[in-house]
Amino acid sequence: MYYSRLKMMGVLGICLLGLLLCIPNFMRAPAPHMPWRQIHLGLDLRGGSYLLMRLDQQSLAGDRLQTLEDEARQALLDKGLGYRDFQRDAAHRILSFAPRDAGEAEAAMKVVAALPQTVSNEFSVANQDGRIVLTLGREAVAQRAREAISQSIEIVRRRIDGTGAIDPEITREGDDRIVVELPGISDPQRIKALLGTTAKMTFRLLANSAGGTTAPPGATMLTDISTGQPLPVSDHVEVDGGDLTNAGAVIDQQSGNWAVTFTFDRSGARAFADTTRANVGRRFAIVLDNKVIEAPVIQTPITGGNGQITGNFTAQSATDLALMLRAGALPAPLSVIEQRSIGPSLGADSIRAGGISLGVGFVLVILFMVLFYGRFGLYANVALLANLVLMTAILSLFQATLTLPGMAGMLLTLGMAVDANILINERIREEVGRGRTALAAMQAGFERATSTIVDSNATAFLAHVMLFVFGTGPVRGFALTITIGIVTTLFTTLLLSRLLMVRWYALTRPSVLPV
Amino acid sequence: MLSCPLFRFVRDDKRIPFMRGRYAGLTTSAVLSLLSVVLFFAPGLKLGLDFRGGIVVEAHTQGPADFGKLRAALAEQHITAAGIQSFGAPDDVLIQLDMPSSGPQQEAETQQMVDHVRHAVVEAQPGTQVLRADAVGASVSKELFRDGLLALGSSLAMILIYIWVRFEWEFAVSAVITLVLDLTKTVGFLAITRFQFDLVMVAAILTILGYSTNDKVVVYDRVRENLRKYRTMPLRELLDLSINETLNRTLGTSSTVFLAALPLAIFGGHSLSGFATVMLFGIVVGTSSSIFIAAPLLLLMGEKRLRRNKVAS
Repeated sequence: MYYSRLKMMGVLGICLLGLLLCIPNFMRAPAPHMPWRQIHLGLDLRGGSYLLMRLDQQSLAGDRLQTLEDEARQALLDKGLGYRDFQRDAAHRILSFAPRDAGEAEAAMKVVAALPQTVSNEFSVANQDGRIVLTLGREAVAQRAREAISQSIEIVRRRIDGTGAIDPEITREGDDRIVVELPGISDPQRIKALLGTTAKMTFRLLANSAGGTTAPPGATMLTDISTGQPLPVSDHVEVDGGDLTNAGAVIDQQSGNWAVTFTFDRSGARAFADTTRANVGRRFAIVLDNKVIEAPVIQTPITGGNGQITGNFTAQSATDLALMLRAGALPAPLSVIEQRSIGPSLGADSIRAGGISLGVGFVLVILFMVLFYGRFGLYANVALLANLVLMTAILSLFQATLTLPGMAGMLLTLGMAVDANILINERIREEVGRGRTALAAMQAGFERATSTIVDSNATAFLAHVMLFVFGTGPVRGFALTITIGIVTTLFTTLLLSRLLMVRWYALTRPSVLPV
Repeated sequence: MLSCPLFRFVRDDKRIPFMRGRYAGLTTSAVLSLLSVVLFFAPGLKLGLDFRGGIVVEAHTQGPADFGKLRAALAEQHITAAGIQSFGAPDDVLIQLDMPSSGPQQEAETQQMVDHVRHAVVEAQPGTQVLRADAVGASVSKELFRDGLLALGSSLAMILIYIWVRFEWEFAVSAVITLVLDLTKTVGFLAITRFQFDLVMVAAILTILGYSTNDKVVVYDRVRENLRKYRTMPLRELLDLSINETLNRTLGTSSTVFLAALPLAIFGGHSLSGFATVMLFGIVVGTSSSIFIAAPLLLLMGEKRLRRNKVAS
């Protein structure tokens, strides 16, 4: 039972350090130059929104098939091979066409198979009943999705930062998902709209045969959002929104309406100038996500690299469009698949309810322990308190997020810590009953209880580690608190409780133990 | 007051012959678990939003909620709610919408719908605060369900392996059978009480499993120790002895955990009280099964083998 001075200092030092690490949690705004770390309150406690967004892999596959088709057509033409009936099926990641005549199938296949691939084994080519079928590999699409997600996270961050949201958290989940957490925003409608728009802007000429309802070859009918009319827009992109360097919302001097101004970079400005110079008198469409915002007639060449869109904007929609143009286009559409919003008052209620429950539970446990085990029960309570402090300290260090299930986990940890202390006290009592001296009983009791405590805590530890690994959301937070709690429980019961008992014994040298 | 304990659950020299009631205990447990399995299929669990998908909006109206107005406002948006009800106070409204079919189209719709519902509620009764608005797509809810079961299964497997390694297979098998019996009873309890079965409930069930295992490990630990200590004592007597020796601890721990969870069940509010109530049930079940199920199973399985092995070695 001997406790070296060094060990004693160590145990007390850790407790003190824990206390120190807890302090920032009770400060409203910790000093910025100090490395304070606080526990974050989960959205369920402070209110806010949680959005789980999924990247549309099919759209990525569709984009890739489109470029492959363009490349294939060009390559076939270069070799003097004919083709007809190109078809794309994004859902099955398939591009297919028929060769001009069956005899050229072999040659056409060779040409298509030689197309550049962005990753190895990106696609496979086969001849199915006379049609040449090109299939994108599942893994290749998944890899594109992974890249697109990394890109999207940056863009999503820029867009959300532009709205002035405070402390948003944007994290990637799995291959094709993004989690957005917005503290304090309990109605995320604007953010959802902002993130639900790809904001792919292109500048394209209107096809010559304007009028009529079917698009001429090389053009597509797109809806004009201000008039609702379909317009035949050329598929060829003259200038891409990616060439923008800046955008802003302004009030148009002439009409007094909201407008969005933009500035091109050097190459964008040159392309824009060339196009407008060569096409004076034609209509030039500004297309956002396959919808025409505006299609003005080119009056004079625009060479300054600046432009202005005057759609039917409100202050909000002009600001948001400018924001999206500045932040850049998303590589593929993102759709919200899970949304959870908690109002601030509900969060406050939960904190109060949880706090009261924790407090009352703690008082009941403390009373019980003193009634049940007297002085050693009191020591167990000190250990419990230290346990709570250490748990808070570690959670602060991790800057963990405390949620309602996490609070429940803390409560459960208290129960398990009590169990460990009870096991020790019961063992000591047994050893006293066997007629051992006080010191021998304490020593034997501790030793025997230790293996039981380690066994039961190790089982719980492993079970909760599995829970953390396989669980999601609230289950994970819960598992994390308990896993940390088990470590602090072992420390406080096996070292701190023991220290208190040993010191008490050394000071008083009792012949009878208070168990 | 600090010099000695004020009370104990049972006197230290008390010897209760628990094994005498082993068949009664096993039969009662089996019947209850069987009933629970029946309850699981009919009426079944009340699946929460997490596993069912759909929309839940909780709102706090100014003054008592006018359900007619709310329903009309929703109908105007072509929304038929699966349920509009008050919970707790008359000015607390809970609106639920089911989204049975899946598909990307449906998920986008779910997301739009939650905004419509939110605005319909505020328009119908100005001053209404939306406390919570959740929308879970069908694909997500399926995943959450699968992940929840996976988490449950893997932690159960971990418990099995650990006990098997640290003790002997009779211990591991008895423990796992007991845990499965505990688990089914908890599911039955959920079916009867109609608590929403969601991710938080999965956490509650896992806690019960963890707690129950903890309880059994302590008793088994004592059995193992006594098997070494009393090499000729019949297993039945030995089990009775082990249970009695650990009885004060078993009851003491259960009481404290029970006391710790009790305020949570009473004051925990809407979101925590269900969790805590299930925990309370689990503590009672877990404690009683350590005594009346796990030990008798060990006796049935190990009466010959455990003893003979020990004597021979």
